[in-house]
Amino acid sequence: MTSATEVNFAPKGAMRRLMDRKLAVFGMVLIAIVVTGAVAAPWIAPFAPDQQNFDGLTIEGAPMAPGGAYMMGTDLLGRDLFSRILYGARTSLVIGVVANGMALLIGTLVGITAGYFRGWVGSVLMRFTDLMMAFPALLLAICLAAIFQPSLWIVALVIALVNWVQTARVIYTETTSLATRDFIAAERTLGAGTGRILFKHILPHLIPTIIVWGTLGISTTVLLEATLSFLGVGVQPPTASWGNIIFENQTYFQSAPWLVFIPGAAIILLALAFNLVGDALRDVLDPTQRGRG
Amino acid sequence: MSAAQTDTGATLAPEVLSVQDLTVSVRTPAGDRPLVENLSFTLRRGETLAIAGESGSGKSITSLAIMGLLPPPAVRITAGSVRLGDTDLTKLPEAQMRSLRGARIAMIFQEPMTSLNPVLTVGAQLTEAIRAHTDASRAEARKQALAALHAVRLSQPEQRLKQYPHELSGGMRQRVMIAMALALRPEVLIADEPTTALDVTVQSEVLDLLRDLQREFGTAIILITHDMGVVAEMADRVIVMKAGKAVEEASTRQIFASPQMPYTQDLLAAVPRMGKGKPRPETPTETVARLSDVVVRFPLKGGILGRTIAQVHAVEHVSFDIRRGETFALVGESGCGKSTIAKAIVGIAPHQGRIEIAGQSFADLDAAGQKALRRRVQIVFQDPMAALDPRMTVGTLIAEPLLIHGIGSLAEQRARASELMQRVGLTTDQLDRYPHEFSGGQRQRICIARALALQPDLIIADESVSALDVSVQARVLDLLQALQREFGIAFLFISHDMAVVENISDRVAVMYLGQIVETGTRAQVFGNPQHPYTRRLIDAVPVPDPSHIRTALPRLAGEVPSPVHVLGQGPARLVMRDIGDGHLVAQQA
Repeated sequence: MTSATEVNFAPKGAMRRLMDRKLAVFGMVLIAIVVTGAVAAPWIAPFAPDQQNFDGLTIEGAPMAPGGAYMMGTDLLGRDLFSRILYGARTSLVIGVVANGMALLIGTLVGITAGYFRGWVGSVLMRFTDLMMAFPALLLAICLAAIFQPSLWIVALVIALVNWVQTARVIYTETTSLATRDFIAAERTLGAGTGRILFKHILPHLIPTIIVWGTLGISTTVLLEATLSFLGVGVQPPTASWGNIIFENQTYFQSAPWLVFIPGAAIILLALAFNLVGDALRDVLDPTQRGRG
Repeated sequence: MSAAQTDTGATLAPEVLSVQDLTVSVRTPAGDRPLVENLSFTLRRGETLAIAGESGSGKSITSLAIMGLLPPPAVRITAGSVRLGDTDLTKLPEAQMRSLRGARIAMIFQEPMTSLNPVLTVGAQLTEAIRAHTDASRAEARKQALAALHAVRLSQPEQRLKQYPHELSGGMRQRVMIAMALALRPEVLIADEPTTALDVTVQSEVLDLLRDLQREFGTAIILITHDMGVVAEMADRVIVMKAGKAVEEASTRQIFASPQMPYTQDLLAAVPRMGKGKPRPETPTETVARLSDVVVRFPLKGGILGRTIAQVHAVEHVSFDIRRGETFALVGESGCGKSTIAKAIVGIAPHQGRIEIAGQSFADLDAAGQKALRRRVQIVFQDPMAALDPRMTVGTLIAEPLLIHGIGSLAEQRARASELMQRVGLTTDQLDRYPHEFSGGQRQRICIARALALQPDLIIADESVSALDVSVQARVLDLLQALQREFGIAFLFISHDMAVVENISDRVAVMYLGQIVETGTRAQVFGNPQHPYTRRLIDAVPVPDPSHIRTALPRLAGEVPSPVHVLGQGPARLVMRDIGDGHLVAQQA
């Protein structure tokens, strides 16, 4: 069914128009840096991430400030923060991309199905969504993580299962309004099948929303992973993740603020980078926005 | 009939508003682009000046410029003056402008629902408007508000004060807007398409009201409209605008009797007039669609258990048939059920009764049969922008019906799409553009090309030309008729516009509150209208001729009857009587 005449909601030259946007390029460079850092961590990192260095603590046993051999200082166990940030990027990228992606996928499918079919299917799906929304997400995550043996992929799954509800709600609302538009009625009178209407005519209109929720979701999921790690049901120490670096070191916030500040900044920058690229993608993919801003 | 002459007997009433060399520009990356250029006119007390033009002519921008409501910062007045009495409005700071607005110069908009605040009662909004400009106490303001509602002849004004906008009909809402605009006796009233969103019978009542109030208060009115019929009925003088410039200015009589400029002549020629329908060839009697006893009711749920407590009787026992190659028109006002019938025919509204297309009914067929039957009947909606997926190119949209039904290879589909583009008067190189890059008329052509792709027997045109400018409308109607001759397609033409229907139809059915009240050939229905509602519809059409004297219409007493009935009850079923040669008229109770 897919053909050259059909796939042009991503029109020709989309990539080039994306490249015209300075902020989008900045975002892509940031993402590239993080990905390179994560992939090449074993070669770049000056130390092993869980290596406790004898000279990594001051005489009083406090973390070392940035400078010297430890470019970003050391943490409370004398481990090199820069190395941990590099390795932590692996965890955070998996969570931010995979867990968040799964959440988006589930949310979109639930929302679009409930919004298009309405009736009892819609009611059941949306009441279930409401139930999930009302249920404390953290409690649910803890329960799920306690049942399964904690590992990075289980954590990603747990986060996805907790995070899809907001997306489902928003996609549901948009789909209900799209489904009543004339062009959908026109498709039905042409004899278009449900699959075609949903994926060729409704889904492309939801892409802006999905992109916005997707980029917002990156910071939420990375932080949720940090919370789970802190509670002991997330990524297990000594594996580093940006979230658990913050939580491990939060007691040193007063005396060694870089231990919280540097991973925090990394999370913010990653979220920002995805946000910039996402915003630009949304505009570039929308034919009615051509030639604007 | 000029108020200036009848009121005072003197030659000319005093000037209230004078616009000199007004230029409004929009800031673009390429520099300022003028939207209105060097427009000058004066308005005298008690006079009605119509600014007529098609969309994009700058008529609404002019009214916003006078009101000081241009959207900042991109659009602004770049030259000229607007003088209200001795004050130059273009130089007035916003704070002073605000005190003038509503008090000395007021405005009513096209869509009364969006210009009223839906969460405040009518009374609250009226008193607020009055108290914003006077130091009347709450009680005094309320009294004035009540008087204003009396003045616009709203039934049960005391009760209306306590109602919310959604509880009123469109016509009543526009009366409330007029009451609000005139409560403070402004010198100038700008009415921007005040009746375009209203039904034709309601439109004539609102126009009568505006005229009466003008006579009473001596208000000067600027009437912005695209409808030359409304111009002929209301205005003393007309300015015809095109692309931001005044093309012609003259008295209404002069414009209609001897338009000087070619544009004005074209515009007037394009206006559909009653009695201008050309004789049409005989059509064969073969039936392409037959509706028998079609009923559509929508449940209204309520109560704790969400049970159905009432039903909207949208369509009640409607039967008619459409013959091959003919144009069957369904006329009626908003809410009469005509669009619901269209949806039932194309199989997207659940209904009772039987609808057959080419001898088959959606109800009898499996999914594959239904899909095949959809090829036989296509629909063209009112708003082409809404009916085209904005994220697809026009080429993809036109080829899509072929793709859905698996007709031809991709290259053949593409070739057919470009063929159809040319057939509806567009060019092949526009295939890769998106719907928003086209004008309204072009978009409707795209919709028509799309409907043609499957070579259907019947095309339903649901108010397909009513959103278009008259000149565009005339060309689209010509196209439809040419296509009908070429392919022998039958049209079900759904419209509220009696003049258009009179021009293009073979047979007509008039609908009121879900039932057909009169049906017959065009000659029968328009030449010898028997049902009072048909006559009312015909009489209410504004005639583009200032010398035409309209027969006074009896005013509708109270409220429009509602199609909502509690469960188990319904409207009385009308009995149709044949008064000769298939001219059916509902019998009067």
